Parts: sequence; structure tokens; C-alpha cells
Amino acid sequence: MTLTYRETWTLVHGMIFGVIFLLGFTGGLEALYSLRPQLLTVAGVRDRVTRLRIWVVAMAVAAWGTVITGTWIVYPWYRDKAPESAKSILVADPATEMWHSFGMEWKEHVAWFSPILATVVAFIVVYYGVRIVKHEGARKAAMVLFVLAFVLAAIAGGLGALITKTSPVL
Amino acid sequence: MTTNSVNESVSLEDLGVQDKPDGPVAAAIIAGGIGAFMLGLFTILSEASAGFKALATLSSSVGTLSGKAVFTVVVWLAAWAGLHFALRNKSFDLTKALMIALVLIALGVVATIPPIFVMFAPAE
Repeated sequence: MTLTYRETWTLVHGMIFGVIFLLGFTGGLEALYSLRPQLLTVAGVRDRVTRLRIWVVAMAVAAWGTVITGTWIVYPWYRDKAPESAKSILVADPATEMWHSFGMEWKEHVAWFSPILATVVAFIVVYYGVRIVKHEGARKAAMVLFVLAFVLAAIAGGLGALITKTSPVL
Repeated sequence: MTTNSVNESVSLEDLGVQDKPDGPVAAAIIAGGIGAFMLGLFTILSEASAGFKALATLSSSVGTLSGKAVFTVVVWLAAWAGLHFALRNKSFDLTKALMIALVLIALGVVATIPPIFVMFAPAE
């Protein structure tokens, strides 16, 4: 079992950064949700905020890693003009053309919202530090933007998985 | 006996820190919305204008996405820097900042959906 150079990069783009992104989201959302001063001790707040910082920064870094590798490394292979490229194969058949004209066209754009929003959340958490427990509005805003970053990335990731299943980058 | 109730909320004094203004966070939230909106706007512009399409093609192998992504990040960071400077020592209602950002994000996301931005392509 071997992976080609291109398959390795698609793995890094979709799986490696994807796993870090998912872990960051899960840990970060749980930490944000449960960060309520009436439920925690001083030591508990400090401990939780330390982990929260790690989760949200990891998610932001993973989101940037995903879109940068996706846009500048994997996407050129996908849209190569050669008849055997993934895009050429999709658009050549009316039955699969929509995977490009809708699926890939939306995926390539919608993915870029996620790192921006994840970075905003990381900034909120790092800026306030432990003070975030006393800023209910900031905590709630961070949760809303965090979930949005995840949902928009999930749309991109889901479309990417389905497109790859139909016409992989080889 | 009410001392040291388990329901007593942790204070900033307990945590040994002083509070910070909300302005920089509001700036980051609104700038995020501006970044999202600009991505949608650049997507429509590259469909509607041949000149912008050429301008946005920073890399021939990536196509217009290269410019749309780079321009979006540049405008987002510039907006963030500007808003941060303006609001750095001020308090700002974060619910209001979030609402502004959510409207901008919604507009940006809608503009990137293919049937929407394709409507702006010049008639052939």
C-alpha cells in the first residue's frame, strides 16, 4: 500500500488538518460552553482557560493549514486542463458536471470563511485570558463564531469528500 | 451561614487580573464580518468584471481564487487593524458587534453560492 505525492498532500489537506480542526472544535466548544464563573473555582478557571487557548489556537491554525494547502497545492491539480484531471473528468460527463459547477465552486470559496472566523475566536480567548469568565457577551459571541467556523468548514469538507469520491485527485 | 457559598462567583480580583476594554474584541468580531463580506464581494466581482478577473488571477494554476483569497485576507487584516486602533481603549456592545458581523457573514456566504454569483456574469 503506497500513496502518491498528490495523495499524500490530499491526506494532509483533508485528514491531518481535518483531525486537528475537529479536535480543536470539540475541545474548544466544550471549554467555552462550560466556562461559567459560578460553576468553577479560581484554579478551575485558570486550568480551563489554558486548555481553551490551546483548542481554539489549534483550530485556527488547522483551518489556515487546510485552506492554504487546499488552495495552493491540491486545487491546481484538481483544475489542471489535462483531460485526466479531476475537474476535466467531472465536467466531461453531464451526470457529474454539477459536482464541479456547484460542489467545487462553492467549496473553494466557503472554506475561506472558516480560518477568518476561527482566528477571531482565538483572538477573543487569548485577549481576555481568564477574564473571559466575566465577559458573558464575549463568551457567547465566541461560541456563535466558533460554531459558524465549524459549519462552514464542514460544508467545504463534506463537498470535498463527495467530489473526491466521484473524481479523486490522483 | 452564608460564607464561602459554593455558588459564589469567581471574581477578577480572585483571579488576580484587571479587566480589559471590550473595544479590541468588538473590532476583531466586526473585522471578521468585513472579511467574510469581502470574500463574497470579490467572488461576485470576479464573475461580473473581466478586468477584476484578470487582476484576481495572481496564480495561473490557482486561477481567480488566488486573488480573491489574498485580497480578502489583506482587506480583513487592514479592517481589523483600523478598527482595533479606533476601539482599542473603548467599550463596545459585543452583542451589537456580533449582529453586525453575522449580517456581513450571511451576505458573504450567500454571495459565494454558485447560482448566486453566476447571476452576475455578463450575458453572452
